[in-house]
Amino acid sequence: MTNPLSRALQSLGAPVTNALIKLGFACRFLVSVLKVSPFALCRFSLTMREIWFAGVLSVLIIVVSGLFVGMVLALQGYETLVRFGASSSLGVLVALSLVRELGPVIGALLFASRAGSAITAEIGLMKATEQLSAMEMMAVNPVARVVAPKFWGGVISMPLLAALFSAMGIFGGYLVGVQLLGLDAGSFWSQMQSAVDFRLDVVNGVIKSVCFGFAVSLIAVFEGYDAPPTAEGVSGATTRTVVTSALVILGLDVLLTAFMFRGI
Amino acid sequence: MVVFDDVSFGYGEQPVLRDLSLRIDRGQVVAIMGGSGSGKTTLLKLIGGQLRARTGRVLVDGDDVGTMNETTLYGMRRKLGMLFQFGALFTDLSVYDNVAFPLRERGKLPESVVRDLVLMKLHAVGLRGAAQLMPAELSGGMARRVALARAIALDPAIMLYDEPFTGLDPISLGVTGQLIRELNDALGGASIVVTHDVAESLAIVDYVYFLADGAVVAQGTPDEVRASTHPFVKQFINAEPDGPVPFHRDAEPYATALNLERP
Repeated sequence: MTNPLSRALQSLGAPVTNALIKLGFACRFLVSVLKVSPFALCRFSLTMREIWFAGVLSVLIIVVSGLFVGMVLALQGYETLVRFGASSSLGVLVALSLVRELGPVIGALLFASRAGSAITAEIGLMKATEQLSAMEMMAVNPVARVVAPKFWGGVISMPLLAALFSAMGIFGGYLVGVQLLGLDAGSFWSQMQSAVDFRLDVVNGVIKSVCFGFAVSLIAVFEGYDAPPTAEGVSGATTRTVVTSALVILGLDVLLTAFMFRGI
Repeated sequence: MVVFDDVSFGYGEQPVLRDLSLRIDRGQVVAIMGGSGSGKTTLLKLIGGQLRARTGRVLVDGDDVGTMNETTLYGMRRKLGMLFQFGALFTDLSVYDNVAFPLRERGKLPESVVRDLVLMKLHAVGLRGAAQLMPAELSGGMARRVALARAIALDPAIMLYDEPFTGLDPISLGVTGQLIRELNDALGGASIVVTHDVAESLAIVDYVYFLADGAVVAQGTPDEVRASTHPFVKQFINAEPDGPVPFHRDAEPYATALNLERP
């Protein structure tokens, strides 16, 4: 007979143990993906196909979202800056916000929702319908043939989508700041050009988006491969991909920002 | 070509195969029969190395599958072809590309040769006219026949069939049975057919094993099986509801469950 305290500890311990086991399995899975990656990258047409599905088909949502986020940033930023007589710095505010933070972070969140969930569902359904087993029995390694190209397709697409998001956001900021609110176009662009540092801001933003792409792609392929082969299992895995990706993106963002911009 | 030597296997605490021993020789078509959950599909997965035996040895062409590393396992699978229960066609590829898949992945053949081979295999299963269709456009039986064409694409030495006759119309059923037999005779390999279809399988196989509770309970040639007085074989062949294999899973009495009488 166990007392309530030990039962409570057990109920706390089981999920922690399971999470650690899953994390260990995910690490081993990553190693197996990296091991077969030269094969996947040598047959680059496989990765190109995944760049099309994960990257190109996500362009619309990235472009529209980037544009709207940039417009909202400009509207909100102008209201604040004009109080301090610094409305001409609107371009700097929009560009730094997007390039350093919002481009990589919101781009990655959108990528996880649009492409990450699709990758998980596709791999999960391939598992449920024995397509991965069929591949194994044909002496074709499914990790090399299916998983690695999807993983690298995601890793390559993510920074490009984040860059597109930032570019569209800056354009949205320009539309609101210059075309709608009447700021001087020369001042908008020149202040942005002088204040945004290539290495500190742009490169760090790109590094962030590569890290997010790596994390989201790994979560998406792992959850698909690990999904129980049932309808419920695949739907749960798809949900986990979006939720886990969002948490990992935001957590990684805190860490990376602390390292990059505060020198911690 | 395939030998099970005192093989035991289970999922978690649940035993599926218990000290199973059987052998399939070159040139033979062997049927594995048994009720649902008797371990038939598990047996195929042990041959393919997708599962590993807990005890005992599974030998394929003399090599112990249980001791193979990943590289040798993939090498061994080059000798195998497997028809899955529901076809397992790649849903993003056309019928043509599905059959061409193993040829392109493993064969390194010129595309003109791949085309000829694909059309030959599709012709063999009567679906050359469906080459450009997608799997979603096929009926269940057609999908199974395409999967068969894909499984035999590289003329494997050992063919594994998981319920090849399920869902086929009578014409396709007869043709598929004949195809399994002719393919095996032409290649001189071995075929293992996991099936419930007694009539069709007894017409084409050389030997039959009956599995129950993870062990071989009866075996013999089709003639021996037809003449058998073994209760399990009789029940299976005559599709009798009563016999050593219960139709109902263990449960409380029906009347008690319906609250018609007290426990």
